[in-house]
Amino acid sequence: MTGIITYGAYIPRYRIRLEEIARVWGDNAADITGGLGVREKSLPDVDEDTATIAVEAARNALARREIDASEIGAVYVGSESHPYAVKPTACTVGEAIGATPNMTAADYEFACKAGTAGIQACMGLVGAGMVVYGLAIGSDVAQGAPSDALEYTAAAGGAAFLIGDRDPIATIHRTVSFTTDTPDFWRREGQTYPRHGGRFTGDPGYFKHVQGAARLLFEQAGKSASDYDYAVFHQPNAKFPRRVAAQLGFTPEQIQPGLVAPTLGNTYSGATMIGLAATLDVAKPGDRVFVTSFGSGAGSDSFDIEVTDAIEGSSFRRSDAPSVRQLLSNPIYVDYARYARHKGKIVMQ
Amino acid sequence: MRDVAVIGIGCTTFGEKWESSFRELFLEAGALALEDAQLSGDRIDALYVGNMSAGRFVEQEHVGALIADYAGMASRHVPSTRVESACCSGSLAFRQAVIAVASGLEEIVVAAGVEKMTDVETATSVDALAAAADREWEGFVGATFPGLYAMIATDYMHRYPLTREQLAMVAVKNHYNGARNPIAQFHSEISVETVLGSPLVADPLRLFDCSPITDGAAAVILAPLERAREFTDAPVKVLATAQASDTIALHDRRDISTLDATVVAGQRAYEMARLTPTDIDLVEVHDCFTIAEICAIEDLGFCAKGQAGRLTEDGETALGGRIPVNTSGGLKACGHPVGATGIKQVAEIVQQLRGEAGGRQVDGAEIGMTQNVGGTGASVAVHIFGRA
Repeated sequence: MTGIITYGAYIPRYRIRLEEIARVWGDNAADITGGLGVREKSLPDVDEDTATIAVEAARNALARREIDASEIGAVYVGSESHPYAVKPTACTVGEAIGATPNMTAADYEFACKAGTAGIQACMGLVGAGMVVYGLAIGSDVAQGAPSDALEYTAAAGGAAFLIGDRDPIATIHRTVSFTTDTPDFWRREGQTYPRHGGRFTGDPGYFKHVQGAARLLFEQAGKSASDYDYAVFHQPNAKFPRRVAAQLGFTPEQIQPGLVAPTLGNTYSGATMIGLAATLDVAKPGDRVFVTSFGSGAGSDSFDIEVTDAIEGSSFRRSDAPSVRQLLSNPIYVDYARYARHKGKIVMQ
Repeated sequence: MRDVAVIGIGCTTFGEKWESSFRELFLEAGALALEDAQLSGDRIDALYVGNMSAGRFVEQEHVGALIADYAGMASRHVPSTRVESACCSGSLAFRQAVIAVASGLEEIVVAAGVEKMTDVETATSVDALAAAADREWEGFVGATFPGLYAMIATDYMHRYPLTREQLAMVAVKNHYNGARNPIAQFHSEISVETVLGSPLVADPLRLFDCSPITDGAAAVILAPLERAREFTDAPVKVLATAQASDTIALHDRRDISTLDATVVAGQRAYEMARLTPTDIDLVEVHDCFTIAEICAIEDLGFCAKGQAGRLTEDGETALGGRIPVNTSGGLKACGHPVGATGIKQVAEIVQQLRGEAGGRQVDGAEIGMTQNVGGTGASVAVHIFGRA
């Protein structure tokens, strides 16, 4: 059955504390961190972007398992911050991991859920017998305009999932999607920073779609929250996933391993994927994992995943690549000035 | 002039109604009012609708015609008039409807109000509302409504004995009432600490001193009093309709802590109804900010100038008090879809006089009043109602 063959994550080491951003803009730091449930967020080094993060995540995935890269027949990279408007990030990744040239590739964009859309596409190709493996990556160096609410959470990071049906470490029993045309967050061609509808991104955006997909999956799978060991949700902050988890009947313990937003921020296309990676870092054979992403615009993908014995088998070496918790440890903190330089917010003549 | 009665009322719920468009809002309120009056739309002779800024909020003008059309009255060519007077638009639409029926020119008339404010970003909304002040002398130099009312509060607190805590008690009381009103935007009770701990908006006003941005619509149906019992067992008589104007800019006023237009409209209304403040059982006032309720209570004569803080602290304006103020939750807790607010105030008083206000019912209410303000007091309408 189609599932996850291996996975890997990557998070740049740099962090900025939200209180440092609040200091610059004269906001009340306690209100901000309390309201979001986020203390600090990641940022890229000066030479890191969505492509380098995607490559690092893919290499970490392949470090855990012997894979003939020529059998990777598809590479999809989901991001809202592809370095090129025209020229696929996925080709760079395919080349870097040795999967070229006999492969298909494309970049996806669906705000914060382009990565999980890539997983679904790979599942389709594998299920149809068109490819042996498909690589789905969610990677972002997310953009938040200076002083905008988004600047407090827009972070950098990514995760890669190799999809196939040969001895997966986790079986994906089912996936469903819930999609509407809802303009809660957008960035038009040529604009540097995205715009958003403020509170409109909440109930009509995030909560409607996450609940829509989640309940559809419950219904189709004949399951409820108590049937799962873990749950992972898109985490634009720490408050939204906590609230939607409670609304769906999940306990704080079920979402705890995959809730990385408090010390990472929102890695957009990477967010749900990194949360899933963090959950697989601690999962045992037989564990059932519920996953729901969310992308503005808007839609959610839900997955019903069951961890197999292979996660502790001889062909998969979980410790050969850093866990998400390891990637989050030992950060280098920067002030706003250095953050501005790393993020390219200082315009050079 | 003949006597006029309210024979039907209808309000949408108030809030961030992202699933409802501008036209859906007024259609819902209108349908509820018709249902309440057990009337079909083909009995309506004229429409008056209060709306402040559909042009800025949803890029729709010609609102009167739109409403007649979508209410199914365009084919009968029913006259429909939009009335704009900033946040007082609803009450002035109501007043025009009263005058139309009282004059004998029209028989069965709808007075409605609607505002759809959440389709634009907050900054756009704040600027649209700022158009109710003097754009050249106030708006262009940066004055927003929270800023202008903060000046009133600062002046008032300098001259009269009003504590910051007493100001907060206005919001606490209105949230208590709103928690008992099914249509209210906010249903949570709050404490003085909630208000004092909320973010500062314009010193001394904090977030919980301010009414919210709201979508909503309200409609009432008027008929000659002599025919009212054809439609309802509980008609409510319009005892007085009064209106007054003042300078549009706050700084041109004789006294910024007294809304002279409220004082004058109140006096005109009392005179028309042959009543005094002691006859009023409850009042809906325009608490766009907590300080506005303090001023209104005094300017309408319910206590001496400078005493409204004490009156509030003593619970005299709460349910069960001497003069319950804003049983609906007011603009603060029920919400403030600007063009609809004046009509919602009327609907609240009618509900109270009918004895249908549930957990916020004022026992034995016979006479009720509404006070609706445009801008910082450049236009004010006061209405008095009695059980017929």
